[in-house]
Order: sequence, then C-alpha cells, then structure tokens
Amino acid sequence: MRDTPKPFWSPLAAGTVLGLALLLTFVITGHGLGASGFVTRFAAQANEWVAPQATAENAYFGPFMKAGAPLLSWITWEVIGVLIGAWLGAKGAGRISVKVERGPRVSSGSRIGYALVGGAFVGFGARLARGCTSGVGLSGGATLAVAGFVFLIGFFAAGFAVSFMMRRLWQ
Amino acid sequence: MTIPFYDGGVASGLLSGVLFGYALEAAGFGSPRKLTGQFTLRDFSVFKVMFTAVLVCAIGLYVLRTMGWMGPNAVFIPTLFFWAILAGGVLIGAGFAMGGYCPGTSVVGVASGRIDAVVFAIGMVIGTSAFAWVYEPLIGFYMAGKGPNAQTLPQLFGLPEWVILAVLVVFAAIGFRLGSMMERARGGPFTAEEVCAPDDEADEFAMRSGDTSTARG
Repeated sequence: MRDTPKPFWSPLAAGTVLGLALLLTFVITGHGLGASGFVTRFAAQANEWVAPQATAENAYFGPFMKAGAPLLSWITWEVIGVLIGAWLGAKGAGRISVKVERGPRVSSGSRIGYALVGGAFVGFGARLARGCTSGVGLSGGATLAVAGFVFLIGFFAAGFAVSFMMRRLWQ
Repeated sequence: MTIPFYDGGVASGLLSGVLFGYALEAAGFGSPRKLTGQFTLRDFSVFKVMFTAVLVCAIGLYVLRTMGWMGPNAVFIPTLFFWAILAGGVLIGAGFAMGGYCPGTSVVGVASGRIDAVVFAIGMVIGTSAFAWVYEPLIGFYMAGKGPNAQTLPQLFGLPEWVILAVLVVFAAIGFRLGSMMERARGGPFTAEEVCAPDDEADEFAMRSGDTSTARG
C-alpha cells in the first residue's frame, strides 16, 4: 500500500513563494516569467521542419527564423526548468498521476478533444495578447501594467462565461 | 545600484523555471480540475495564488525602487494594445475553461503525468501556427487601441503607487473571503488525494469501500 499524496500548499503559501520566485526573476533578468514564448518558438521551428520556405516568408514566424535557432533562448531554459521543478515537486509529494484527468460526466475521448480545441484557443489567444497568463497576467500584473489588468479582466470574464455555458465539462 | 542583472543565460532560465514549476505544482496547478474549479466557483486557488503572487512581487519591486536599489524603468513592462490584449485574454480564458490549462500550467500538467496536458500542448502549437498564418490580415486589429508605452496603473489613475497597492490588497482580501465562502458551499477546494486518484471510477470505488489502497498516486 502506497502513501496517499501529500496535500497541496495553501494558496497563500504557494502564492507567496510564486511571488518571490517572480521577484527573483525580475532581479536576475529584468523581465518576468513566461511560457507561451516557448510555444511560439517551438511552433516556428515545427513549421520550418514542415514548410521551410513558407515559414521563412511568413510575416510572424519569419523574423524568428531569420534570427536563427529560435529555440536557443532564455524562455526555453525556463520552460525546461518548469518541467524539472514541477516534476521534482510532484515526485517528492507522491502527486504524479499518469491519466487523462477529466470531469466525472465526460469520457476520456471527449476530454482529449476538448483539450486539443482548448489548447488551440489558448495558443491563438496568447499570440494576440503578446503573452499568456504567466507573461502578461502574472508578470505584467506584478509590474502594475495596465496591459496586465486588461488581460486578467478578459481572462476571468471569458473563463466564467464559457465554464457556465459548458457546465457538464467539469462538474 | 546594479539590479537587475539582465542575465539571460541558461542557468538563470533554469533557476527561474525550477522555482516557478515547483511553486505551481505545490499550488495544485498540475490538475485541470483544480484549475477549472475557479470558474465553477468550487476552488478559488487560481485567484488566490495569482493575486498573492502579483502583490508579493509588486510590493517587492516597489520596495526595491523606493530604496533606490532599482531604477524606475529597470524592468520590462508590457504596453497595452487594448483590443488584441483583451481578445487574447478572452480566448485564453475560454480555452482554459475548455481545455483545463493555460500555457505554464500545461507544462506542470505534463510533468505531473497528465496525458490531457500533452494533448493541450499540441493544441497550443496548432493555435500558434494558425495565428502566424492569419497574422497579416490581423495586423490592424493586433495594433489597435495602443496605450502609452509601458503604462502602469499609478500612471493611468494619477495616484501614488502605494495607494494602488493598498487598493489591490483590499481587493485580494475580499476575494479571499468571498472565495473561501463559495468553496465551502460547493464542497471544495479540490485536494491532492482527489485529483491524483487513478481515475474517477477508482476514486468513487475507493470512497465507497473505504479502501484507500486502490487510490494509488
């Protein structure tokens, strides 16, 4: 019999540590934390593998390819760090759980479908917003940027609205 | 004084990332049920953790600047492009409610073994590519409603920074109180034991039979 997973930290404790990690990142690098910047660079690289000519000529991906090796960037090391840090935490606390996590009324198949569609919305939205929940919401918010708070208003409003329309998904 | 150090190297990225990932995982943000519980009002962790982190860091930056250890324009502050940033926030909120993650938390989901997080990440690459291919006709919208460069709330409202920070602390405190009340009313928040159970059937079975040995992490 294996031990049950250790409880999560209280939101106040986790938020305080997250805030200090973000502050340290500002002190070391001059900017905050992110995630979607890596996805952009990975997508540029993936498009280049499939269609090199068209990707080089693309108005959005072109500049990344022209600068050379889009994946060799601070954000790549940071995302690798997130994988390592999260894995260490989950492993140490017995919270690794290999599964398709879903609401009680949704099949694994449709959960996978919604994950793919939701991911596509988020990928597109992060490019429009010039960043994601980490880069614009969290890091922008911490600098008290107006942009960060406009983002957070849109994020929470749409989250509540869509969640209400699709109540079956998670409840 | 010479902060920040503007170090964009491998070690700097790995250090920031490890701390970021560890804190997100400890908050429970590798679980899409815990994350989306925010929008079903069963779990206010997203609001609580995010606002705590924003305020801890914002107050830290304020102190560093007030003490003269950091210059006024030393760190990156995003510029508002009203329509694109609002629409982007809306799409991310919608995609989060459907898919269960945002970009950063999907990485934590992958590290915690969630297969749906891997699929979500593939979806993000598809969505990002779609954006790049329709970028040119979207440029007008992408640039619309530009605000002053790197504008902050104190500048927008013409108030001292400490007043804005104080208002945000009060806002967060009210959110914490209301959130905890709503969580209790809906049987939340989600615990690690709940979201790490092998799957929902096994979870229910374990609860019915009182046998926790089937609820292996």
